[in-house]
Amino acid sequence: MAADKVTIHVMGKAYEVPSDLTIMKAMEYAGYQFIRGCGCRGAFCGACGTVYRTKDDYRLKVGLACQEMVQDEMYLAEIPFFPGNKATYDIEKLKPTSETILKHYPEVFRCLACNACTKACPQDIEVMEYVQAALRGDIAKAADLSFDCLLCGLCASRCPAEIVQYNVALLCRRLYSSKVAPRAEHLAKRVKETKRGKFDKEMAKLKKMKKPQLAKLYAEREIEPA
Amino acid sequence: MYTGKMLESMKRVEATRKERLDQEIPLLSPEARQELLEGFHPDFKDDVFRKIKVGPSRGERAPKEFVDAFEAYSAIDPAKFDLSNVEVDVDVLVVGGGGAGAAAALVADEQGASVLLATKLRLGDSNTVMAQGGIQGADKANDSPAIHYLDVMGGGRYFNDPDLVEALVGDAPEVLSWLEKLGVMFDKTAEGTMVTTHGGGTSRKRMHAARDYTGAEIMKTLKDEVLNREIPVAEFAAVYELLTDGKKVTGAILYNMETEQYMVVRAKTVILATGGSGRLHVMGFPTSNHYGATADGLVLGYRAGAPLTYMDTIQYHPTGAAFPEQILGLLVTEKVRSIGGQITNFDGNRFIYELETRDVEAAALIRECLGRKKGITTPSGQPAVWLDSPIIDAKHGEGTIKARVPAMYRQYERFGIDMSKVPILIYPTQHYQNGGLKIDETGETKVKNLFAAGEVAGGIHGRNRLMGNSLLDVVVFGRRAGAAAAERANGMKKSGKLSLKHLDKFHKELKSARVGKGRIAPVLLPEYRRPETVDHRIDALD
Ligand SMILES: Cc1cc2nc3c(=O)[nH]c(=O)nc-3n(C[C@H](O)[C@H](O)[C@H](O)COP(=O)(O)OP(=O)(O)OC[C@H]3O[C@@H](n4cnc5c(N)ncnc54)[C@H](O)[C@@H]3O)c2cc1C
Ligand code: SF4
Ligand code: SF4
Ligand code: FES
Repeated sequence: MAADKVTIHVMGKAYEVPSDLTIMKAMEYAGYQFIRGCGCRGAFCGACGTVYRTKDDYRLKVGLACQEMVQDEMYLAEIPFFPGNKATYDIEKLKPTSETILKHYPEVFRCLACNACTKACPQDIEVMEYVQAALRGDIAKAADLSFDCLLCGLCASRCPAEIVQYNVALLCRRLYSSKVAPRAEHLAKRVKETKRGKFDKEMAKLKKMKKPQLAKLYAEREIEPA
Repeated sequence: MYTGKMLESMKRVEATRKERLDQEIPLLSPEARQELLEGFHPDFKDDVFRKIKVGPSRGERAPKEFVDAFEAYSAIDPAKFDLSNVEVDVDVLVVGGGGAGAAAALVADEQGASVLLATKLRLGDSNTVMAQGGIQGADKANDSPAIHYLDVMGGGRYFNDPDLVEALVGDAPEVLSWLEKLGVMFDKTAEGTMVTTHGGGTSRKRMHAARDYTGAEIMKTLKDEVLNREIPVAEFAAVYELLTDGKKVTGAILYNMETEQYMVVRAKTVILATGGSGRLHVMGFPTSNHYGATADGLVLGYRAGAPLTYMDTIQYHPTGAAFPEQILGLLVTEKVRSIGGQITNFDGNRFIYELETRDVEAAALIRECLGRKKGITTPSGQPAVWLDSPIIDAKHGEGTIKARVPAMYRQYERFGIDMSKVPILIYPTQHYQNGGLKIDETGETKVKNLFAAGEVAGGIHGRNRLMGNSLLDVVVFGRRAGAAAAERANGMKKSGKLSLKHLDKFHKELKSARVGKGRIAPVLLPEYRRPETVDHRIDALD
C-alpha cells in the first residue's frame, strides 16, 4: 500500500510526505529529529501541541502532533513549551474552596466565557466548564471534568484572559482527592497493621521457602472471583 | 477503516459473542505454561541473544541490541576531558524525571539533602506518564502483603530477589497512602473505598486505578509537588557519563540536549532513575515505551562497574495495537481484559484465558498467529488477533468502555474506530525491561553511592513483571533510594574526587575484546528520520 503524497509546510518550509502519517512521523520522514516536542508518542504527555492552518482557510487549528494526521497544504508549527503561570503551594495547608483558587490563580476570575479553550482541547475536555466550576468553588466538578488533561498547553495558548487552565485543573484535582473525597479507611488500617508488624511472621516464612514449596503454594492459592 | 478480510473475520467474532459471554477458560497448568513459553516466547529464542564480552556481567547473555549498547564506547575521551570546572555541587543527583526520579527527589529533599533532578526530556516525559492500568497494593481485608508476595514470586517464575519483593509488597500500603495524601485521584466509591480489580496473575483484586490514566495522574501529582517544593530541575539535560573516584560514584557529566554543552556535576550520591529501553526495538518489535526509553542508565551504571541482572528477559505486552499502522505498538491497556474483554482468533474463537501472566499470554498470541496460522494479517504485514471489546458493554452495560477506559476509547476514535461497537486488532509489543542494574533493598547498586530505582533496576520482578507492580516499584524504590541516598550524603563530610578512571578502564577492556571504535552509547534518542535524510547530512555548522 504505497500511500499518496501530500505537501506539508513545517514552519513555512514545504515537504512532500506520505499522506497516511501523523504530523510527528511526517516531520521525521522529512528529516527532523525531535528534541523538544516529542515525549510519549501516544497522547499521554502533552509534549507535542501543534498549531496549524490549511490552505484557503483563515482559521487556526490545534492538535497533538503524535495523533493528528497530515493534510495536504497544512501549515504547521509545534509549540512544545508554553510559558504558563504556575503557582506554588503546600497542598496540605489549602482548603478546597474558591478562595484558594482566587488566591493562587486570581486570573481565573477574568474568564470571558469565550469557550476558545474548549475548542482547542485535543482531549475533548470541557475546559471552560471546569474553569467555571473552579471559580464557583465546585472543586469536585472541576476535578472530574479536567481529569483527562495532558498539560499540553493548547488551551492556554488560545485564552484571551491569560488563564493557565491546566494548572488550575491540577490544583483542583489535588484538592479534591486530598480534601474532598473521603479517605480510604481500609488503607489507613492496613498501613497501621503493616507498621505494627502484623504480617512479618508470615512473610519471614515465605521468604525462607525454596522454589518447589512456593510453587506448590502458588498453584494452590485461592483466586478471588472476578 | 478495516479491510474486507478483517470485516469477514469480524463477523465471526460477532457471531460467537453471545455464547462466549459466559464461557469459562481455565488457567493453564504449570506444565502447559512452560511448554508454551519455551515454544513461543521470544526470551526462549537463542539466536537473538549474545554473551556480553566486557564489564562486570561479562559472560551473561542478553538480546543483541542490549549487548551492542554495553559493548560500546563513550563519546567522551577520558584522557582529554576537562573536569576542573565544576558547575554544580549537590548531595543527591537524581537522574531521570519519571515516577522513580520524582519520588526519589521528593524524599531526598524531605531529608534535608540538596537535590538536583536532571532529565533528558521534560520533567514527566516518561514511561510513568503512559501507564494506564493501575498500581497494586494489598489494602483490602481479604488480601495481605504475604498474598501479594506469593503472586509476585509466582509471576516472576521464582527468580525474584526475596528481599526486594518483601520491600515492594511491604511498602505498598504506605506508598498508596502517601499518594492519596498528595492528592492522586484514585477511583473510589462514595464512601472512600478504593475500587480495585484483577490484573494478569493477581489472586486478589488489588489493582488500584485512576480511570485509565493511572500513571499520568501519579506523574502529574509528583511533578506538581517537585515544582511546589522548588527542587531544582534541569530539563533536556541528559546524564552522559558518571564520574567516580576510581571506585565510588562522585558525580556526573550532564549534556544539554539543545546547546550541546557539557556540565560537570559533583554529587555525594547519584540515583539512576532513567527507566526502560523499548526504543532499542529488540528483535525489531514495536514498542509501547516513550521516546526517551533508550537504556542510558543501564549503560552508564554498567560502565561504572554495576552488575546487571536478568537482562535476558523482556516483557512483551500481549495487547499492543496492531492496526491502524499509526498507533502500531501503542498499548491497549490490560484493563480492557480485566473488565471482560476477550481475545479471539480469525474464526472468532478464544484460545487462552485472558488474564494469564503476560509472558504466557503473549506467547499464546504468537502461537495462534505464527504457529497455528489462525491470525489476521494487516496491510503492513503485521500479524494480529482480535480483542473483542464490545463484549464488555454487552456484559456490563452500555457506556462501560467509555467510562472505564476513556483513553483507549479516544485512541481508537481518533482513527474512526469505535471500540465499544467493533473489536480491535492486537499483537504483542516490547513493553518492559524485566532485568536491570542489580540493587539491594535500599536501592544501592554494587558501586558505592550509586543507586538505581524504577525500571532501570532489576531483580524485583524476576523474569516477568505483573501489571501494576511497576508503578508500585517506581514509587517504593524511588522513595527508598531517595531516603538512603540522602542519609548517606548527610553523613559524608566531603564530596569525592572527580575522575573518569572507570571509563578509561572500560575503554581498555573494549579494546582488548576487539570491539570496534564505531559503536557509541548511550544513544539518548532513537533514530526515526528517514535514512535518506540522515545520509545526506553534513555538519556544516560544527
Ligand atoms: C504504555 C505503558 C503502560 C504501562 N502501564 C503500566 C501499568 O498499568 N501499571 C504498572 O505498574 N506499570 C505500567 N507500565 C510500566 C511503568 O509505567 C514503568 O515501568 C515505570 O513507570 C517506569 O518508571 P521509571 O521512573 O523507572 O522510568 P520512566 O518513567 O520511564 O522515567 C525515566 C526518566 O528518565 C529520563 N532519562 C532517560 N535517560 C536519561 C538520561 N540519560 N539522562 C537523564 N534522564 C534520562 C527519561 O526521559 C524519563 O524522564 C507501563 C508502561 C508503559 C510504557
Ligand atoms: S485542558 Fe488544556 S492542557 Fe489539558 S489537554 Fe486540554 S488543551 Fe491540553
Ligand atoms: S479561553 Fe480563557 S477566557 Fe475563554 S472560556 Fe476559556 S478560560 Fe475563559
Ligand atoms: S508526544 Fe506525548 S502527547 Fe504527543
